[in-house]
Amino acid sequence: MSTSDVTHHTPGEQHDHHDDHDHHGPAPGLMRWVTTTNHKDIGTLYLWFSLLMFFIGGAMALVIRAELFQPGIQIVDPMFFNSMTTLHAIVMIFGVVMPAFVGLANWMIPMMIGAPDMAMPRLNNWSFWIMPFAFTIMLSTLFMDSGGPAGGWTLYPPLVLQMGDSFAFVIFAIHFLGISSVMGAINIVATIFNMRAPGMTFMKMPMFVWTWLITAYLLIATLPVFAGAVTMLLTDRYFGTSFFSAAGGGDPVMFQHIFWFFGHPEVYILILPAFGIVSSIIPTFARKQLFGYDSMVYATASIAFLSFIVWAHHMFTTGMPLAGELFFMFSTMMISVPTGVKVFNWVATMWRGAMTFETPMLFSIGFVIMFTIGGLSGLMLAITPADIQYHDTYFVVAHFHYVLVPGAIYSLMAATYYWLPKWTGNMYDEKLGKMHFWISTIFVNVLFFPMHFVGLAGMPRRIPDYSLQFADWNMIATIGAFGFGFSQLMFVYIIVKCVKGGEKATDEVWEGARGLEWTVASPAPYHTFETAPVINPDTVTR
Amino acid sequence: MSSAATAYYVPHSARWPIVGSIGLFIFFFGFASWLNDAFLGREMFFLGAAIIVFMMFGWFGDVAKESESGAYNSQVDTSFRLSMMWFIFSEVMFFAAFFGALFYARVFSGPWIGGVGGGGADMTNALLYEGFDYVWPTNGPGDVGGNFEQMGWFGLPLINTLLLLTSGVTCTLAHHAIRAGHRKPFILWLLATVTLGFIFVFLQAEEYMHAYSAMNLTMNSGIYGSTFYLLTGFHGFHVTMGAVILLVVMIRAIRNHFTAENHFAFEAAAWYWHFVDVVWLGLFIFVYLV
Repeated sequence: MSTSDVTHHTPGEQHDHHDDHDHHGPAPGLMRWVTTTNHKDIGTLYLWFSLLMFFIGGAMALVIRAELFQPGIQIVDPMFFNSMTTLHAIVMIFGVVMPAFVGLANWMIPMMIGAPDMAMPRLNNWSFWIMPFAFTIMLSTLFMDSGGPAGGWTLYPPLVLQMGDSFAFVIFAIHFLGISSVMGAINIVATIFNMRAPGMTFMKMPMFVWTWLITAYLLIATLPVFAGAVTMLLTDRYFGTSFFSAAGGGDPVMFQHIFWFFGHPEVYILILPAFGIVSSIIPTFARKQLFGYDSMVYATASIAFLSFIVWAHHMFTTGMPLAGELFFMFSTMMISVPTGVKVFNWVATMWRGAMTFETPMLFSIGFVIMFTIGGLSGLMLAITPADIQYHDTYFVVAHFHYVLVPGAIYSLMAATYYWLPKWTGNMYDEKLGKMHFWISTIFVNVLFFPMHFVGLAGMPRRIPDYSLQFADWNMIATIGAFGFGFSQLMFVYIIVKCVKGGEKATDEVWEGARGLEWTVASPAPYHTFETAPVINPDTVTR
Repeated sequence: MSSAATAYYVPHSARWPIVGSIGLFIFFFGFASWLNDAFLGREMFFLGAAIIVFMMFGWFGDVAKESESGAYNSQVDTSFRLSMMWFIFSEVMFFAAFFGALFYARVFSGPWIGGVGGGGADMTNALLYEGFDYVWPTNGPGDVGGNFEQMGWFGLPLINTLLLLTSGVTCTLAHHAIRAGHRKPFILWLLATVTLGFIFVFLQAEEYMHAYSAMNLTMNSGIYGSTFYLLTGFHGFHVTMGAVILLVVMIRAIRNHFTAENHFAFEAAAWYWHFVDVVWLGLFIFVYLV
C-alpha cells in the first residue's frame, strides 16, 4: 500500500517529511507529559504510575501483615484493617497490574507490529490521564469520616451498602476507572487490527500482541457489566431500588453472579498479558523459537472463552442448584487444559535450548514454576465439595497470590528487565537484577507458602485476629512480607540507575531476541516505523 | 477515501483529554458529594458536566476540522470504524448487566423466594417469606413501595416502539440520500430522525410522570420498579445522546461537511441509533410485553 502511494504523491510526501522534522522530538517541559500523544511517553507514564501504586498497595499489605504478626488486635482497629484488605486489592488490581500491562502494551505493541503509534493517540492520552484522578477519588475515601471501603473488593451487598458516606465515592471511582480501561482496550483492538505493517499477518504476531488482543476483548466485554453492577449498588443505596434486597423481590446473590461474570474474566485480564510476556522472553534466552505457537494462540483464546462460563466457582458456598455447582466445577477444571498446553509449551521451548539465565529469564522461569503452583491449588479449589472446606480461608489467599505475585507481578518484572535496555538505551545492573530475583523469590515463598497450611487448617481470610494455633505460620508469613516488600526498593534502585546511565545496550540487546522491536535503535527513537517496516522471516518471532 | 494524506495522522499534542479528566473528576466527586448532601456537591456536579460538554465540543470540533482539512487517510478512517464498533459492543454489555438482573430475578430468585424450585426453596419461603406467592410483576415479600400498577405495553410504549422503528427507517433513508450525493433529502431525513428521537424521549417522560403520579410505580416499587426504571431510564438516556449526536451531524450536514464517499460521522451516529433501536426492541419484549 504505502510504496505505491508514496511514489504517486511526491509533493505530499515531501510535505510529510517537513512535518516530521518540525515535531521530531518530545516537547520541552512538564506539559509534554500532560498533552503527549506519543505511545512511548504514555507507556512510560503508565509504568511509573503503576510502580508508585505498587508501593501504595504494598504498604497496605504490610499493614495487614503487621497486624497479623501476632494473634489479637495489636496495631490497627478492625475497621481500618478491613479497609486495608479492600483497598489493597483494588489498588493492586486496578492501579498496578492493569495499568502496568497497558503501559507495556503502549510501549511494545506499536513497535512489535511495525506501527507508527497507537490507532487513537489522543484517546490513549485520556485513558492514562483518568487514572490519577480516579485513584484520587478512590483513596480520598480513606480520609473521610466514614473511612475507606471495608466490605472487600468484591463489594458484596448487603454488607457494602452499610458503608458510610464514602460509598458513593468508591462507586464513582470504579466507573471512572472503567471508562479508562474500556477506552484503552478499544484503542488496543483498533491498533492491532488496523495498524499492523504489511506482511505482519495475525499468525506472525508476537504472542504478547495476541494475548493483549484477547485481553482487550475481555475488558470490553466485562467492564461494562461491572459498571452496571456497581450502578445497581448505587441505586439500591441512594435511589430506593431493590436489586439486591429480597424484601423487594431482588436477591443479594444476584450481585455475586453479575459481579463474577465480570470478576472471573478480570482474573484472566490480569494474567493473559503475563503469558504473552513470558512467551516472548523464554524463546530469547533458550535461543529457540517458541514451541507450539499456534497452540499458544488457540489456548489463549480458549482460556478467554472459558473465562465467561466459570464465574460461579467463586460462589460454591453461596448456594445454587446442584446442576449449577456441577457445571461450574467441570467448566472450571476444563481451563486447566489450555493452561497446561501453555505450561508444556514453555517447558518444551526450554527443552534442549542453549539457555542462559539473565534476570528476565530468571523471572520468567520463576513465573512458570510458581504460577503453576497457584494453578494447581486453583484446581483444588475448583472441586465443589472440597471448596466448601477451603472457601474464604487463607488457602484461597495463598492460591490467588501465587498466580498474581510470582505470576502477574513477576511477569511485569521480567518484562521490565527485558525491555528496559530498549527503553533507556542502557543495560541494567545484571548482578543487582539477579540479586533482586533471588531475594524476592525466597521471601515471596516465605510469605505465601505458609498461607496454604493455615488455610487448610481453617484460618479465615479478611479477619484481623486469629486463633493461637495459627500463630507460628503467620509470624513467618509476616517476615516474608516485609522481606519481599522492602526488597522491591532494589527494583526501583535498579530502574533508576539504568535510566540514569550504564553500559550502552546494542540495538538487538539480547543475543537470541527476535521481533521488530529489536530492529530499532536502543533507546528506541521517539517515533518509530513512521513508514512501515519490511517484514522478513528474521524479524518476526516465528 | 479521497483524502491526499499518505501518513497515518498522529496529532502532536492533545489538550482536551486533561480537560475531560478534570471535568469527570469534578463531576464524579460532585455527584458523590451531592448524594450525601455534602458541601457544594450539586454545584460541582453541574460544573463538571459543563466542563465535559465543553471538552466534547472542543475535541469533536478539532477532529471535524482535521477531517475537513484532509488530514485523515483511509487507515485512520478504519480506526474510527473499529473504535465505534467496539464502543457500541461495550454499551451492549452494559445493558446486558441490567437485562441479566431482570432475567435472574424473574427466572431464578423470584420463584425461589416464592417457594418454587429445588434446593430448599420451599423451606426458605416457609421460614422467611410465609404466605408470599411470586407473581411477576412483584415488589417482593416486603411489599416495598406499596401497591403499584404494572406498565402495560399498549399505548405509549407501543407508540414509542413505532416511533423508534420509523426513525430507524428514516435514518437509513438519510444514508441512502448521502450515498447518492443528495444533500437536501439527507438533511431532511436526518431532521425527521432527530425529531422522532426527541418525541420518543418526550413521550417516555410522559410515561414516567404518569407512572409516578397515577400508578404508584416508582423506583421504590421493588424489583419490578428497579428493573423497569433502570432499563428504560438508561435506554432513554442513550436515545437522548443518540438524538443529540444526530443533531450535531445534521448541523454539520447543513454546513456541507459530508460527501457521498466521506461521511463516517453520520455512519457512526447511525450505528449508534440502530443500537438504541435494538435495545428498545429487547425492552419492549421483556419489560413491557412478557
